[in-house]
Amino acid sequence: MTIEVLKPGLLTTLQDIGRLGFAHLGVGRAGAFDEPVLCIANALCGNPHDACTLEVTLLGPTLRLNAAAWVAVAGAPLPLRIDGLEQPMWAPVHVPAGATLELGAMRSGCRSYLAVHGGFDATPVLGSRSMDVNAGLGPNGGRPLRAGDALQMGSAPQPGSGSVPRTDWRIRQNAGESEPDPISKWRLDPRPWFRGDTNQPLRLLPGKHLDRLTPTSRNTLFSEPFVMHANSNRVGVRLVGPALAWMSPIEMVSEGCGPGLLQLPPSGEPIAFGPECPVSGGYPRIGQIAAVDIPRLAQMRPGDPLRFTPCSFDDALGALRERERALDALTANIAARLAHELHRPQRGPR
Amino acid sequence: MSVAFAIEPLAEDALLLRFGDGIDATINARVHAAAHALRAVNLPGIIDIAPAYATLLVRFDAFVRGGEALSEAITRALCRRFRGSDELTAAVPGNPAAQRVEIPVCYDGEFGQDLEAVAEYARLSHGEVIARHTAAEYTVAMLGFAPGFPYLLGLDAALHVPRRADPRTRVPAGSVAIGGAQTGIYPRELPGGWNLIGRTPLALFDPDRDPSCLLAPGDRVRFRAIDADEFAQHAERRA
Repeated sequence: MTIEVLKPGLLTTLQDIGRLGFAHLGVGRAGAFDEPVLCIANALCGNPHDACTLEVTLLGPTLRLNAAAWVAVAGAPLPLRIDGLEQPMWAPVHVPAGATLELGAMRSGCRSYLAVHGGFDATPVLGSRSMDVNAGLGPNGGRPLRAGDALQMGSAPQPGSGSVPRTDWRIRQNAGESEPDPISKWRLDPRPWFRGDTNQPLRLLPGKHLDRLTPTSRNTLFSEPFVMHANSNRVGVRLVGPALAWMSPIEMVSEGCGPGLLQLPPSGEPIAFGPECPVSGGYPRIGQIAAVDIPRLAQMRPGDPLRFTPCSFDDALGALRERERALDALTANIAARLAHELHRPQRGPR
Repeated sequence: MSVAFAIEPLAEDALLLRFGDGIDATINARVHAAAHALRAVNLPGIIDIAPAYATLLVRFDAFVRGGEALSEAITRALCRRFRGSDELTAAVPGNPAAQRVEIPVCYDGEFGQDLEAVAEYARLSHGEVIARHTAAEYTVAMLGFAPGFPYLLGLDAALHVPRRADPRTRVPAGSVAIGGAQTGIYPRELPGGWNLIGRTPLALFDPDRDPSCLLAPGDRVRFRAIDADEFAQHAERRA
């Protein structure tokens, strides 16, 4: 069960939910930048939510599958083709053995996730299959995909979930279809999970040095738009825009941090940390982007405007809880629907 | 009750325990003592306990317990362990699980590209720089920048040399370097602005090894000068 990389796309990496518990060794989390979409792509393939996927950036890869597979693509909208035929995103899709799977250029947004039933397989490094390009850690030393790479598909659902539909879809496959066809006739409404509108501000929790900004700068921070700089990646998103200034210079030494931290380096241009950020940082801290809005940061592309709105820790956590409930309900629904549809053809009368 | 640390919320799922400000061996030892104590009590929901110079990052599962409730539990646990604030303030226990690690370093030739510049700045001979660098016992204040990169406290004041004005895009793996008041070791090839005074043949970080990291926060480190032959022998053994 291998997948051959014909074209790698712009920046395509293996990502699961990242490596946890190694910050004290200087090892960051990495993992999917848009985690809810990773979970949904996995659910659409009957995988546990944390199975390993391909994270695709702006321009997707072209892949050849040597065995039939059940795949799903979710995230930023892109043309998805199997042997040249357009297929839906946000839906389970059947790929026949030997077919070419092509993920094109995104029309908006920045990141999509390709999941395969059984997950992408690779030897985990410190408990995760995520590629940390910046730290040089993970499968292939964290190196993004190149043409000629061969990826392995897991042959069975990865452990960690009891609610995965059995692989009865193999029986469907043996029942004579060789043409690509959607496994189901439905697709998800992506809107709650990918909006693609950049006007809505990101919620910002107060950082340690927020009140050390000049009153004008504090006002500017929450009233004027910034623009995402092209020199941005999974380590950090650089912002250009109105100048921000401290009331007095801030001296600090390196302190722990994580994705979502908004720092202001001496250059005066803020940096919002992404999943491959270092585990500590020594620049003054304006704030922390609410976890519930990190997926929206992940979907920003260079040139997009970016605004902030102040948010309390309680409100941020409340919004995160609400999203997790919605995500749990959605993935449970997908699992139930897949189980129903995939089991039905094989169930004869008792 | 006054305690010797403050807890600052960092994110929905992260707290920063602050024991002071700046780079200071006493403050850093408290950070390691608290980290060790928190690991021992094993509070539910905690994911990461990561020391920095003066602060301790605690990352947790916000759905197990919110930040405020966890802050209270941490305060209770640390106060119980250190009998209020007295022990954390007065005695400096550091990390009782700390190991003592000797790191062989070859200071010769190309390995110590900046040894000349360091000696000149410090107004010492090559030999004196090496003697002072190997005489001290260092503490791993924190690991960061890259997996397994140790920031070491305890550098002889005579060897405090500013970072290079022109950082290198590629510093070789194993490089032992001085940046201001700190000394450290590059675990792999990385960009860097510190002054390179030698190189160790040891692997600081290897994800396929258990433990992956040669050094843990709070460990004690000494450098031992080796010649190019011994460096080659070490390197051969690794290969």
